[in-house]
Amino acid sequence: MQRGPVQLILVARNVELAGRIAADLQARGGQADVSVETLDFLSAPAIAEAVAHWTAQGPVDMALIAHGVLSPQQPCQDDIEQARHSIEVNGISPVLFAEAFAGVMNRAGRGTIGMIGSVAGDRGRRANYVYGASKALMDRYAQGLQHRFAGSGVKIVLIKPGPTDTPMTAHYKAQGRRLASVESVAQGTVDALDRGTAVAYLPRKWRLIMFVVRALPDFIFNRLNI
Amino acid sequence: MRPVSSWGRLSAEPHQVAELSDIATLAEELGGTGPAIPLGMGRSYGDACLNPGGTLLSTARLDRFHSFDPETGRLVCEAGVQLRDIQRCLMPRGWSLPVIPGTRIVSVGGAIANDVHGKNHHRVGSFGHHVRNLTLVRTDGQVIDCGPGVRPDLFAATVGGIGLTGLIATAELQLQPVAGPWLDTEILSYRGLDEFLTLADDSESLWEHTVSWIDCTAGSRTRGIFLRANPAVDQTGEPASPRRLGVPVTPPLSLFNRLTLPVFNSVYYHLNSHRSRARRRPFDTFLFPLDDIGDWNRLYGPRGFYQYQLVVPRDAGPAALRDILDIIARSGLGSFLAVIKTFGDRVSPGLLSFPTPGITLSLDFPNRGPRTERLFVELDAVVRSAGGRLYLAKDARMPRDLFEAGYPRAPELAKFRDPGMSSGMSRRLMGR
Repeated sequence: MQRGPVQLILVARNVELAGRIAADLQARGGQADVSVETLDFLSAPAIAEAVAHWTAQGPVDMALIAHGVLSPQQPCQDDIEQARHSIEVNGISPVLFAEAFAGVMNRAGRGTIGMIGSVAGDRGRRANYVYGASKALMDRYAQGLQHRFAGSGVKIVLIKPGPTDTPMTAHYKAQGRRLASVESVAQGTVDALDRGTAVAYLPRKWRLIMFVVRALPDFIFNRLNI
Repeated sequence: MRPVSSWGRLSAEPHQVAELSDIATLAEELGGTGPAIPLGMGRSYGDACLNPGGTLLSTARLDRFHSFDPETGRLVCEAGVQLRDIQRCLMPRGWSLPVIPGTRIVSVGGAIANDVHGKNHHRVGSFGHHVRNLTLVRTDGQVIDCGPGVRPDLFAATVGGIGLTGLIATAELQLQPVAGPWLDTEILSYRGLDEFLTLADDSESLWEHTVSWIDCTAGSRTRGIFLRANPAVDQTGEPASPRRLGVPVTPPLSLFNRLTLPVFNSVYYHLNSHRSRARRRPFDTFLFPLDDIGDWNRLYGPRGFYQYQLVVPRDAGPAALRDILDIIARSGLGSFLAVIKTFGDRVSPGLLSFPTPGITLSLDFPNRGPRTERLFVELDAVVRSAGGRLYLAKDARMPRDLFEAGYPRAPELAKFRDPGMSSGMSRRLMGR
C-alpha cells in the first residue's frame, strides 16, 4: 500500500460519519487528500456512473469494498423485506461495485480490489444464514474474479474476519466472548492488500476453524448449536 | 454485566459496560445510565475507573482525531484516542505530546482525568498544563466547554478529577516540536538516598528526563540506578522496532516474592552499574520499557497487586523516605518495580492533581492480603506525618482520612461534580 501522499475517496451512505472519518485521516496522515462522496448503493446505473467518474482521470490503484449492514437473523425471518435488504446491501451491492472497478482495472492491466467477506459465508448456520448467504455470494464472486484475472496485474483480495470488536458485535462482547481487536484485523487487512493474498482469514486461526466447520458432516453439524 | 478489572487485577466485579461510539449522540447516550464512571484504557491500578455493580462509560471507540494544525502543533481529538496513536502519527511530522506517563497505552481522557505526569515533570509540569480546551458531556445531557481561560474553575475540577465532573468527550492539546526519535541518555549508579538527591538536583537544570530505579530491599542504605536523557544531537537513522514480548498466562503465584526479589534487584543493579554511561537510545524504549511487554501485570499472580505511589514535600522528604524504605525492607514485601523521582515546582492545574514539589516514590506490592495492608498502614502513617499524599490513579485502598489530609482542596470538587457520576473510588474516599 502506498505510504506517502495519497488521494483517497471515501464513498459512504452516511456522509456525516464519513466526514468525521475523513477529518481523522487528514489529521493523522497530513499528506492525504481525503474527500467524501455518496450515492445510491443499490442502484447499478448510479454505481457504474460514479466509478466511471472517479476513474475518468486514470485508473485507481486500489478499491476496498467494505460496506455492510448489521442484520440479525430473527428480523430477516420475521420480515422477508428485511432479508432482501440484508442480501442487497451485504451481497449484491459490493459485487456491483467490484464489477465496475474490475472493468476499469482490466483495461489498465493493474490494480487491487479488496472485499470484506466474513467467516459467516463459509457455512450456513441457523444463527445468521441470511447475512452468511450474502457473504457467500461475495465469496463465489471473488473466486470467479480471481480466476478471470489469474496471471494478470489485477489482484483480488477477499478478507474474511472472524468476530471483531466493533459496534456490530456488541451483543457477543456482552456475553463475555473474546473478540479480535479492530487494530489487529486492520493491520492484517493492510498486509493482505499489500501482498495480494487471495483469501485472508483474520485472525489467521479462523482458516483452521472454518476448515473444520466446513468439513463437519451434516449429521453432526445439524445437532450443534453454533 | 461482565467482569471488569483495572490494571492491578485486584478484583473482577460485574459491570454494565456502555461502549460509546458516536460523538454526535453522546449527550443522549449518557442520559439514564444510572451511577456511571468513564473508562478509558483501564490503566489506573485501583478503583478510580471501576464502579462495581454500576455502569462504565467506555471511550475506547471515541478514538478519532478531529484536526491537527502542523503550524501551531494544536491537536483536537476525542477522549478515547491513545497517546501511542498520537505519537505514532505525529512524531514523524515533528510533534510530540509534552507529557507522557510511564506507558503510552492510556487514553487522552484518562490522562486528563488523572492529570498524569512523566519523567520530565520538572520541565513541563503535568498533562493538564498542556490542555487548551475540553468538551465535557454531563449525564443530564449538557455539553460544556472549559479550559484555562473558559470556566477555569470547572476545568480545574476536571483535570485530575477522576471522571467525576462528567465525561470528557474531546480535548484540544498543545504538542511540542521534537527533532526526532532519539535521546542521548546516561545511566549512573548511586548508593544511598543522599547521593540520589544530589544527582537529581544536579540533573534537573540540564536534563529533560530524569528517573531512577531504587532497590527497595536494602532499607535506607539503598542503592539504585539513575537515568537521565535529553533529545539527541544526532537524530539520523530510524530506530529498530522493539521486540514485543507478552505474558500469555497468569502464573499461580507472584513471580516477585521474598526469594526472587533480592536476586532480581542485584542482577539489575550490577548489569546497569557496569553499562557504558552515555548512549543514544530510542525515545520509546527509554521512556516506556514496559510497553513492549504485553500484560506484564499478570506477573504478580492471580491475586493481583497494589501500586503505592506517594509524594512527600522536599524538606520533610528525605527523612520520611528513609523511614519508608526501612519499613519496606523489614517487611520483606515489596517488588522489583520501584521508581523514585523529584517533581518540579510548577503548581499543578487540578484540584486533585497529584504532583506537588517534592519527591515521589512508587512501589509495586503483590497482593498478600492482610500482611500487605498492615504494611500500608505503617507507610500511611509516615506519609501523613510528612505532609505527603498518595496518587489516586494508583490507589485501591487508602483510608478516607489520609485522602482528606493529602488533598485539602478536595471539598471544592463537590459543587462541580456531575450527580450521575460515581466510582468505587469516589464512594470510598468521598462518600458518594
